[in-house]
Amino acid sequence: MKAKNYIKLISKLKSHALNARRNVVRSSAIAGSIHIASSLSPIDILTTLYFDTLRINPRYPDNPMRDRFIFSKGHGGLGLYCVLTERGFLSEKLLNKYGQDGSILTVHPVRGSVPGIEATTGSLGHGLGMGLGIALTNKRNKNPGRVFVILSDGECDEGSTWEAVMLAGHLKLDNLVAIVDYNKLQCYGKVKEVLDLEPFADKWQASKWEVVEADGHNFSELVLAFRNIPLQKGRPTVIIAHTIRGKGLPYMENTIEGYYINIKMEDLDKRLAEIY
Amino acid sequence: MRTAFVEEVTKLAEKDKNVWLITGDLGFSVFDDFKNKFPDQYLNVGVAEQNLISIAAGLAMSGKKVFVYSISTFMSMRPLEQIRNDLCYQNLSVYLIGGGSTFSYSTFGCTHFALEDIGLMRILPNMAVVSPGDPLEVRALIRDIYKRNSPAYMRIAKKGEPVVHTSQDRISLGKAAKVFEGKDAAILVCGRQLPNALSAASALKKEGINCRVLSFHTVKPLDVETILKAAKETDGLIIVEEHFRIGGLSSAVAETLVINGLSIPMISVSISDEFPKGSGSQDYFLKKHDLTPEGIANAVKKVLHYGKKH
Repeated sequence: MKAKNYIKLISKLKSHALNARRNVVRSSAIAGSIHIASSLSPIDILTTLYFDTLRINPRYPDNPMRDRFIFSKGHGGLGLYCVLTERGFLSEKLLNKYGQDGSILTVHPVRGSVPGIEATTGSLGHGLGMGLGIALTNKRNKNPGRVFVILSDGECDEGSTWEAVMLAGHLKLDNLVAIVDYNKLQCYGKVKEVLDLEPFADKWQASKWEVVEADGHNFSELVLAFRNIPLQKGRPTVIIAHTIRGKGLPYMENTIEGYYINIKMEDLDKRLAEIY
Repeated sequence: MRTAFVEEVTKLAEKDKNVWLITGDLGFSVFDDFKNKFPDQYLNVGVAEQNLISIAAGLAMSGKKVFVYSISTFMSMRPLEQIRNDLCYQNLSVYLIGGGSTFSYSTFGCTHFALEDIGLMRILPNMAVVSPGDPLEVRALIRDIYKRNSPAYMRIAKKGEPVVHTSQDRISLGKAAKVFEGKDAAILVCGRQLPNALSAASALKKEGINCRVLSFHTVKPLDVETILKAAKETDGLIIVEEHFRIGGLSSAVAETLVINGLSIPMISVSISDEFPKGSGSQDYFLKKHDLTPEGIANAVKKVLHYGKKH
């Protein structure tokens, strides 16, 4: 890629991510909803996926050859809605109704509620298995579509996640990509203190996965990591993305409370001005 | 019954390349033929029931019609949430086949006794629940659930169950099959007790008691019309099932009667609300719970006695 185009791409990603973050904060303030920090941490990953990596087209959301994306950490669903809105899958009008009576958009995404939501999630530990099923079908059907699944770090406490990790490696599904939003915080405390995942990369490698560690807020690193998939033929890839919970909203960054607090309407303008 | 299931699924897979069969490392040797014929439509995911269900969902999300095999207990309980969220909530064409009826693995102990599977599955929206009473019901119901674009659960007994129906009988999902005529009482039976119910009805006929036997192979969607008809036309209902008294066909029928304002003597011949203890043969356990022709016949007499009293 030419340097000029590359710079253009990165600046485009930055601008979409900023819009998406503003929408997360605005929508959750209007809805009075929580999970704000969990919706903010994967925004840069989602933006990279939807604006550079995924072979998708909002005009043909059901194209059978498309890449599929599963948001396994469903509690950050608002982050996905906001990036889908940026990408043209979802109207601003629909997004503005988020959390309101009768809105089709629930905190945890529901398959088919709007185009682009490929799987119903909300209970942790389901997404990678579903993604595995799709990836396996594509392999056997010689369908070039790849499957990307975002997991939370807390979700890697779930036994079912590891059932899928082991089988995907065993089945050599190099069309399956897991991305861990490794923000180091879970519901009740620091991952390191609740249930330490380290040595995290080793666990994936031992299950026959290729591992890439990246800064989950550095677009250059993310673009490169996704463009290099599969790193090795016959092996699924995991991107361990080091992120900051609440990224972009300084007072919420890296706080446990970020999981639970909501934004008051009278503070909204102030918070919107703080977003970076 | 298991052979009937495997043969029917094999036929479907021959015609429809979208038919898959996946297992959680169970069904040793019975799937070899299927696996050899259709290697691209088969998968053993290992001993991982949660993943088994999520993968089935992923396959169905890619347009497959997926038969999933495991033992009834492991199938219905370990991945209950995956069944609820991935299959039922997303409403996918995944058909769960739970092998082993209540006491099929009678010496294994209670971890292997399927006692509550039907109740658990019956609660879930979009789910069809069937428990066939003979190999012909297995075949017909496999064909019917395959036509659904929604999930289904089928409990099948292991092997050696006698054929009750004739090839002319009409067996279809959601419609109880009348296998014996009578107007004194009605036996509503679900699953592999069907031959016992029939034996009980034949024996009672010799004593001058005429029992209708209805095979309620489908517990959901429930054939309400046939229940109400039996309640109106006979003097008592006997529900027979190899399941906890709570949650299965007995509960379903009781709910139906009450909701429709009908009051009729009713007895449930089923498993009482406690974990069966110890080891023994299948017949040993069934006898303990009156799940025998004699036990059913006695229940009929008891119901009719109630009927006279009130």
